[in-house]
Amino acid sequence: MSQGAREQRIGNTILDLKNISLAFGGVKALTYISFDVKEHEIRAIIGPNGAGKSSMLNVINGVYTPQNGEITLSGVRFSKMNSRRAAEMGIARSFQNLALFKGMSVLDNIMTGRNLRMKSGVLAQAFRLGSAEREEIAHREFVENIIDFLEIQAYRKTPVGRLPYGLQKRVDLGRALAMEPRILLLDEPMAGMNIEEKQDMSRFILDVNDEYGTTIVLIEHDMGVVMDISDRVVVLDYGKKIGDGMPDDVRRNPDVIQAYLGASH
Amino acid sequence: MAQDMPTQTSAVPGTFPALVLHHAKVRGARPAMREKDLGIWQTLTWSDVERQVRALANGLAALGVRPGEHVAIVGENRPRLYLSMMAAQAIGAIPVPLYQDAVAQEMLYVLQDAQVRVAIVEDQEQVDKMLEVSDRCPDLSFIVYDDPRGLRNYQEDQLLAFEGLLERGREHASAHPAFVDQAIAAIKPGDAAAMFYTSGTTGKPKGVMLSHHALIDRALAIQELENLTDREDVLAYLPPAWIGQNMFSYTQFLVTGFTVNHPESPETVSIDMHDIGPTYYFAPPRVLEGLLTHVMIRMEDASAIKRKLFHAFMRLARRVGVRILDKDPTVGAWDRFKYALGNFMVYGPLRNALGMSRVRIAYTAGEAIGPDLFVFYRSIGINLKQLYGSTETSVFVCVQSDGQVRSDTVGPPVKGVDIRVSENGEIQIKSPGMFKGYYRNPEATAESYTPDGWYRTGDAGYLDTDGQLKIIDRAKDVGKLADGSLFAPKYIENKLKFFQHIKEAVAFGANMPEVCAFINIDLEAVGNWAERRGLPYAGYTDLASKPEVYELIRDCVSQVNADLATDPQLAGSQISRFLILHKELDPDDDELTRTRKVRRAFIAQKYAVLVDALFQGKGHQFIETEVKFEDGRSGKISADLKILAATIYPANTKKAA
Repeated sequence: MSQGAREQRIGNTILDLKNISLAFGGVKALTYISFDVKEHEIRAIIGPNGAGKSSMLNVINGVYTPQNGEITLSGVRFSKMNSRRAAEMGIARSFQNLALFKGMSVLDNIMTGRNLRMKSGVLAQAFRLGSAEREEIAHREFVENIIDFLEIQAYRKTPVGRLPYGLQKRVDLGRALAMEPRILLLDEPMAGMNIEEKQDMSRFILDVNDEYGTTIVLIEHDMGVVMDISDRVVVLDYGKKIGDGMPDDVRRNPDVIQAYLGASH
Repeated sequence: MAQDMPTQTSAVPGTFPALVLHHAKVRGARPAMREKDLGIWQTLTWSDVERQVRALANGLAALGVRPGEHVAIVGENRPRLYLSMMAAQAIGAIPVPLYQDAVAQEMLYVLQDAQVRVAIVEDQEQVDKMLEVSDRCPDLSFIVYDDPRGLRNYQEDQLLAFEGLLERGREHASAHPAFVDQAIAAIKPGDAAAMFYTSGTTGKPKGVMLSHHALIDRALAIQELENLTDREDVLAYLPPAWIGQNMFSYTQFLVTGFTVNHPESPETVSIDMHDIGPTYYFAPPRVLEGLLTHVMIRMEDASAIKRKLFHAFMRLARRVGVRILDKDPTVGAWDRFKYALGNFMVYGPLRNALGMSRVRIAYTAGEAIGPDLFVFYRSIGINLKQLYGSTETSVFVCVQSDGQVRSDTVGPPVKGVDIRVSENGEIQIKSPGMFKGYYRNPEATAESYTPDGWYRTGDAGYLDTDGQLKIIDRAKDVGKLADGSLFAPKYIENKLKFFQHIKEAVAFGANMPEVCAFINIDLEAVGNWAERRGLPYAGYTDLASKPEVYELIRDCVSQVNADLATDPQLAGSQISRFLILHKELDPDDDELTRTRKVRRAFIAQKYAVLVDALFQGKGHQFIETEVKFEDGRSGKISADLKILAATIYPANTKKAA
């Protein structure tokens, strides 16, 4: 993909975080963090273990309530987010430690992602009334498109618990995609994967960003991956922001090198 | 209903495009192709096929493709790629299918050699490969892609979406409404219909030109022999660039007019096969072996009662199954009753699990098949037969007839074929299915014929007393040990590979005092074995180096030796030492051909240190090897490999095999 074409895609700020602070008792997880995410971009959050990356994601989708700061999502300002509202406003996430329904099939797991968009009532669904049936068919088609997109057709009916880890990660991504998110939060999508699986996952993330125009915020440890696929990178260390910018700028930032990439360069 | 009876086409037109029109007229509403998309089988009727072929043929003409020019087809089995082949043939151009998993550099050779004008490819992966080499292919003016995913931001002028091709076709058609019919009428049966590049175990690939007449003649001969009708269901799952796949899912499809089903993705083949239940099935031994391994692994994990039941009935099947399939009247009533019971409880469900419930005729070819493997399928009631042929002969040279099936022969010559065996044991043939020649390589074409006009197959073998052809090995591979006794490496390798734990084997011994072998373990089978023993491992290399695995493989090798000891000719070529390779042999590293045959000479050269160590009788040897990853990058893996000796048995020809 040419760089010019990519930059054209990136739009205005969709998510703006200002002076976010979060503490658990005496432990300061995040201290006055500010950064923004633009529409259609791939934004990476990096940092050593315990830097506050996952906490940051949890603040964005309303699992944690920051003691200080404000979040502006699509022009609407919140002092605190809650997870239901986050989901309704188009924020979906995948998890560092998979939170799939192990005994359910791949298809059913991804279908759960459509939950918010199902309009027909419990009774209509139970008796498969015409409207409920039509709705289910439409949702199923959407999910089948995701299955096709993620190339997991062979596992449609397989219980998720029986799949290898790399594939479970893909299902997790699929479920998040089923919500048709505007912003997708990915918590270490490539943790525990081998090189080939990482390449596949990188391609899926780029394709999601490209085909569906989804804005992506991801946490990742693999520097190669982060530098390759993200448009901008924010660096956290001990709950503070120590760098923010293009991958190349971040790579040259002495504070970042000191904190994360190791001293020698 | 007029179309309700299965019909066989007797008098058919002599070219592929004329066949497309013929079927659209005769059985327009019958399904021609099915493809599973978003989990649902979608059908294209023969009328749909004709309509699309017309549009595509116009489209290709609009792109400037002229009769006699080449159109490359690259991808998995997709209806649109097959339609493109028909369209190319309709305007007198020649489709050249390429192996979809070949790397860009391999494709470059074909694109240049065949001066390909237009490439019709499946997806981004193939587009990337084409673009990588397109600056060195001045003739390549368009790359048409089926699946647009990931290609949104590609700016290259050569790129054209499949919909764009259809659009141009419609414009061309309205400007020249009679064009396609005229183009089809101008094609003669003797013209080249398709070109296949032979993977070749040595040297550069050669383009084999096959005429409409040659391909259609062979398909008709088999239609007659096997009584094929338009009601057959076939699953297209092998590489389209392989002549075998082309014959079964394209040539025979267009000649006989049956239905070809395209799987959803290469990984879903077994699920799709179960959905469709093909009636006419073709599988190289490798695929049959994979299926059997899979079944055996699942049986090992089954409960004790089921396992006992399975093994008891499989013993019965081995004893009488094949005889019952061959309608042998000497099988006793009690055995028949037990077999019928087994059919209900084990064989039927097993056939169903394999997706072979409806298989009427199954063929295997491409390599010698292990007798036990062959008998397994036949004993559970699947009419598996062997055939013999090659790209140059439009596949069918010999086919076994029903009831006359043996595991060590490939059957009598098909109608129209003459066979003779030269003094040095090489099989030579004459057939109406012979190729037109190698593209731009008259020397190679001339070399492949004897002065009196017989085609030299390069295979060593002989005609058995009952007129069936028996193949031993490639003529050039059959060698002698230092003491002059016969050494047929492939024969030994095949024996090794029949063990579910061994995926690949390479035997060395020509002009040496003894035979040594490289082994590739089967990661799935051995991995499962290790799991059940609580043996931890990190990956192929680690598993392959475990002493327990070495012992497991040593048992297999020793069993092969015991078997060889019973053969007076081959008792001398028992395997004295072996090692387990630290990496899987891979076509990307040129160790296997794209059809996954071992390239013995190349392997011997690449791993010369290991071969030397084997013959010197060392206990271990360090090796570092370069490997190519799927994305084209290369890396290195190294290991210190152990070498183990196997048990050698005294020659014992009296022992029953």
